[in-house]
Amino acid sequence: MTPQVRYVLRLADSSLVLAQRLGEWVGHAPALEEDLGLANVALDLLGQARLLLAHAGELEGRGRGEDELAYLRDEAEFLNLTLVEQPNGDFGQTIARQFLFDAWQLGMVEALQQSADARLAAIAAKALKETRYHLRYSAGWLVRLGDGTDESHGRAQRALERLWPYVNELFVADEVDRAAAAAGVGPEPGALEQAWTARVDEVLAQATLARPERAHFVWYGRQGRHGEHLGYLLAEMQSLHRAHPGATW
Amino acid sequence: MSHVAPRAAHPGTAALPAESEARIRSLLGQVPDPEIPVLSVIDLGVIRHLALRPDGTVEVGVAPTYSGCPATPVIKADIVRALAGAGFQVAAVDVLSPPWTSDWISAEGRRKLAAFGIAPPAQAVGSARALLAKDPPVACPRCGSGRTARTSEFGSTPCKALYRCEACLEPFDYFKCL
Repeated sequence: MTPQVRYVLRLADSSLVLAQRLGEWVGHAPALEEDLGLANVALDLLGQARLLLAHAGELEGRGRGEDELAYLRDEAEFLNLTLVEQPNGDFGQTIARQFLFDAWQLGMVEALQQSADARLAAIAAKALKETRYHLRYSAGWLVRLGDGTDESHGRAQRALERLWPYVNELFVADEVDRAAAAAGVGPEPGALEQAWTARVDEVLAQATLARPERAHFVWYGRQGRHGEHLGYLLAEMQSLHRAHPGATW
Repeated sequence: MSHVAPRAAHPGTAALPAESEARIRSLLGQVPDPEIPVLSVIDLGVIRHLALRPDGTVEVGVAPTYSGCPATPVIKADIVRALAGAGFQVAAVDVLSPPWTSDWISAEGRRKLAAFGIAPPAQAVGSARALLAKDPPVACPRCGSGRTARTSEFGSTPCKALYRCEACLEPFDYFKCL
């Protein structure tokens, strides 16, 4: 698999896994509006994932389409950020995870507008408009929770502490990122950090939440090394395809 | 503003004869959006090009409104069915770039939305709004009052947000700016 295929798959898998996580809320959110909101964000991410998976399959040239890539790969072949596979927890944890991801994805899809890969640039241009809405939603809720009651503030702060160990991975480059940057396909991950931090700090200040300390440990979900949670998520996501191999709509 | 943007079609295609193009546009004007059937696909601004392939197939370029909008495949199938019924051989293709914007909804489409009870999108977005900025004012499509409040950023379809009117107290959909 070429570095470019891996690069596109990483983006696709982060959107796909987060869409699946958000889908777990359908029918369970604290209010109908949030049920709709989380499902809408999930739908956008799923749409992005489908476009990216189809593109990765075409780049790979081995005849794998979006379904083969989504349903017939196992845990170690998934290249998503470890952050997005973290469980939903309470609503505060879901919102905190979404906010940290949205703030990162906004910078990523902005940078990808200049990608030398014209198809990737087009997918990113479409995603950019959607990501702005997602970030408004997650940032707005983080402020309401953080600057809300003692209970909601405490839960939002604990959610940030719980998720912060996965932040390092957003900005650490490996050989796939370096190859993509050298070929003009995507940005150096570290180049996104300053704007991300500014965006996050602005919202945390309004939310009266404290930014946790960065850990030294780095996760490598993007290299297929995941925590314990992804396998369960995939078991559910892929169950229909396992029961009915080759099923299509 | 032209509702069919003059975008380059696939290489190897040619312009349609004016007569066929007018006929096809008129047929597409009868194809409803499956989620907001008061709008045709022409009103919605998703038709990006019409062209003739060397084998006689009419190529229709369709821009998806949202990446994951479930209506997109339905729209393409409806277009193929409507034009095939008039004797055309048709291929509907995705056009991702430039991305669809709510500014492409026609003036006629905006009137139809308001009459249907959906507040049309504010115009001339393009730029990113500030993260926690106030929303642009949205007038109630029922009573016209500007005293409205957003209930939720997301509604029953990807393209809509939920609002309520503080004057007539009715809830309503707002077609989001994109």
